[in-house]
Amino acid sequence: MRHLYIAALLLPLAACSKSGQQGGAGATTTAAIIAIDGSSTVFPISEAVAEEFQKQHGARVTIGVSGSGGGFKKFCKGETAISDASRPIKPSEVELCKKNNIAFIELPVAYDGIAVVVHRDASWVDKMTVAELRTLWAPESQGKVTRWSQVREGWPDREIHLFGPGVDSGTYDYFTEAIVGKEHSSRGDFTSSEDDNVLVQGIATDPAALGFFGFAYYLENRDKLKIVPIDDGKPENGDGPIGPSFETVSRGTYQPLSRPLFIYVSRAAAEREEVQAFVAFYLDAGRKLVKEVGYIPLPDQGYVLVKRRFDKRTVDSLFGGKGSQVGVTIEELLGKEK
Amino acid sequence: MAQARQRAGTLREQIIERALLGSGVISVVTTAAILAVLAVETVAFFREVPLSRFLADTQWTPLFADKHFGIWPLLFGTLLTSAIAIAVALPFGLLAAIYLSELAPDRVRRLLKPLLEVLAGVPTIVYGYFALVVVTPLLQRVVPGLAGFNALSPGIVMGVMIIPMISSLSEDALHAVPMTVKEGAYALGAGRLETLFRVTIPSAFSGITASVVLAISRAIGETMIVAIAAGQQPRFTLDPRVPIETMTAYIVQISLGDTPRGTIEYRTIFVVGAALFLMTFAMNLFSQRMARRFRKGDG
Amino acid sequence: MMHGHESRRRALLERGFHALCLGAVLLPLGLLALLVGDVLVDAAPRLSWDFLTSYPSRRAAQAGILPGLVGSLYLIGLTAAIALPLGVGAALYLEEYGKRGWLARLIEVNIANLAGVPSIIYGLLGLELFVRALGMGRSLLAGACTMALLILPIVIMASREALRTVPNTVREGAYALGATHWQVVRQVVLPLAFPGILTGAILSVSRAIGEAAPLIVVGALTYIAFLPRGIDSPFTALPIQIFNWVSRPQEAFMVNAAAGIVVLLATLLLLNGLAIYLRNRLQRRRYW
Repeated sequence: MRHLYIAALLLPLAACSKSGQQGGAGATTTAAIIAIDGSSTVFPISEAVAEEFQKQHGARVTIGVSGSGGGFKKFCKGETAISDASRPIKPSEVELCKKNNIAFIELPVAYDGIAVVVHRDASWVDKMTVAELRTLWAPESQGKVTRWSQVREGWPDREIHLFGPGVDSGTYDYFTEAIVGKEHSSRGDFTSSEDDNVLVQGIATDPAALGFFGFAYYLENRDKLKIVPIDDGKPENGDGPIGPSFETVSRGTYQPLSRPLFIYVSRAAAEREEVQAFVAFYLDAGRKLVKEVGYIPLPDQGYVLVKRRFDKRTVDSLFGGKGSQVGVTIEELLGKEK
Repeated sequence: MAQARQRAGTLREQIIERALLGSGVISVVTTAAILAVLAVETVAFFREVPLSRFLADTQWTPLFADKHFGIWPLLFGTLLTSAIAIAVALPFGLLAAIYLSELAPDRVRRLLKPLLEVLAGVPTIVYGYFALVVVTPLLQRVVPGLAGFNALSPGIVMGVMIIPMISSLSEDALHAVPMTVKEGAYALGAGRLETLFRVTIPSAFSGITASVVLAISRAIGETMIVAIAAGQQPRFTLDPRVPIETMTAYIVQISLGDTPRGTIEYRTIFVVGAALFLMTFAMNLFSQRMARRFRKGDG
Repeated sequence: MMHGHESRRRALLERGFHALCLGAVLLPLGLLALLVGDVLVDAAPRLSWDFLTSYPSRRAAQAGILPGLVGSLYLIGLTAAIALPLGVGAALYLEEYGKRGWLARLIEVNIANLAGVPSIIYGLLGLELFVRALGMGRSLLAGACTMALLILPIVIMASREALRTVPNTVREGAYALGATHWQVVRQVVLPLAFPGILTGAILSVSRAIGEAAPLIVVGALTYIAFLPRGIDSPFTALPIQIFNWVSRPQEAFMVNAAAGIVVLLATLLLLNGLAIYLRNRLQRRRYW
């Protein structure tokens, strides 16, 4: 009987060694782990790349979803090799990295248009202006602006349920910078989650809901959600209310909510063979996977430039470590690149 | 020679006894560790945020630019879902207990009692799935304005989960009422229902109360069902149709992100944990006291 | 004195009440059957050998539960290895050695209270103590230690029950033959209590396999496409993987979540069935 007991304990070990081979060609040799963490917006891209990568390479990849801010906190302590970010690195994070001797290589990988969405049946919402969005999300509105009718006259007198990314999210940082005018500044009484799936779930099942997240999450669930076109009141970059799409984001007319997505690779990690292979794979297969996932890939030339940046181990931020900048178009981004 | 062996035997015995004692002491150490961990971070928290703000503020936004640290929204979320759970579990549990103890034939009882226990053995994540995928859409057809995340759906599902806690313990309590008491009532001409309501149940009252309080404590401490189906929006409300957040779901939410040790945000999960611990501990103590009163026969 | 229709009314009331109470038992059971049926139906399209042996993927149709399953098995194996010696040892102390001491009483009170502490509090303890203070990081070992503490009260209570079924006459007979305290325990009491202890062990382990909350706090990952290599390896578990899929709004992932639940329930059924089988099998060896 005792033997049965012991055998039961050893069973998982047997299962492990058998399926170890299924981890990919030559999985048994290296125990190398590439640790990635950060933005849930960028997560779908990294997830797709990691999945395809692990089919060809023995290294293993783990991806966390702590938010751009959460990812940077870990990255700047040396706990992760790569940080997913939906906004550029902030001054405080540059400080933290410097304090821990972590040099970072900033690599833009895609473009995104933050989608403002409502429930499919919210028929009264045809468009919104930046001013209206500000009314909704400004810190002063906490506890005060709680009904649709308070945002625009003529809208129903119903409670509005707000959903948005959490404070560690780059999407949150960028949105607050672009709409409220000050990064990290918003009301606090909404459903906040670093996991965009939770937001989609909440909005898709609640006719009184409104929220925002990366465009890919909208595309994945567009049968349940409705896009709200945004009018930024600046006819020079596109007249009237414009919704996010491949065209409007690449052309730079979906403003102010278009922004670049990044991965940050630490200098130390960049010396590892498997990380180099991973980054090369990211920038190569990435352009196809980015589109598949639902974001806007950089132009082919863009990926070449980014790859050169990595090969040269260029250490600094294109944005001067100042954090989110609103309204950077793809052309400007690449212009800085050269 | 024999004496040396005896001494060695005794030494060995002592070592073994000490080792076994050590194993037992682990439980004491665990309790001490829980208290210490909660206390350290809670004290650090209250050095930055005065207790008055914690108890008086009705908003909970510790992560945002405009920080509020009032515990009430989370507390209300927990209490609301637990109240709905008890509203479901109490009638069902009690009636089930009455059936199993007083009305069911022995064979039926032996079949149904363990079946009811299965309800308590289902992993809570399964209940969470059920609440989100089946119960919420069903309720949305009946309740106007029911949001996808709400307190009603997980509350009802939690209620079903804790039915066996009330039914089993109450059944034991009812069963333990001596036959002589019941027969005395029958002798005085009372019918079955009268005896049940006027004699048996009052006699078992402490035992039943113990079971209900234990069930409430379980509902308050429940995590997965509410984390999946109730929402992540701390709200100072008692409306069961809107997204809310419970104390347990808040801890999960913060744990899913990354909060570095030593920040006020990190400390909030321990403060909320401490409040949770205090509530469940108090209820468990009360329940144990009730159970002891019942066993002593004070009814 | 009772009139005819009054006694009929009373009989009707009694019957109605009887039906109500029976309904109170059957309705929740019916709900449970509905739940299980619903999960099975939802899971049907995805249940296959492929699901059991694949890694998670962004494509729901290819996503599998292998790391979660193996992670869970590893986890409960390690948890059992920690909790069972400690739990049985504590039970032995309480039942065989320290029966009337103040220390034994203190331990008993602690166990009763710990059994009622919400599981997420154990997660907080594990986070602060194992992950941070003792530096285990978000590893399999930290998870196992946390879960071990969680199920320890159950193991102790079940083992005590098992030890109590051994009649004192057997113990006294052994002492009469000159055996020392430990000899009696090890060679007489334990073998006799073994079936009950084993059953209790399997049941507490099966409780551990369904727990998600403490593991989330301790840091089980939600995206992991490989199997744990050692006790210091990052890991995931069945309920965590299910939780991850449930959080995704696409229907296809809900199917995966349902399939994961089926795997979890099947594992539980297997464990409980094993416990019942072993208990029946081993109990035939009684010789009094």
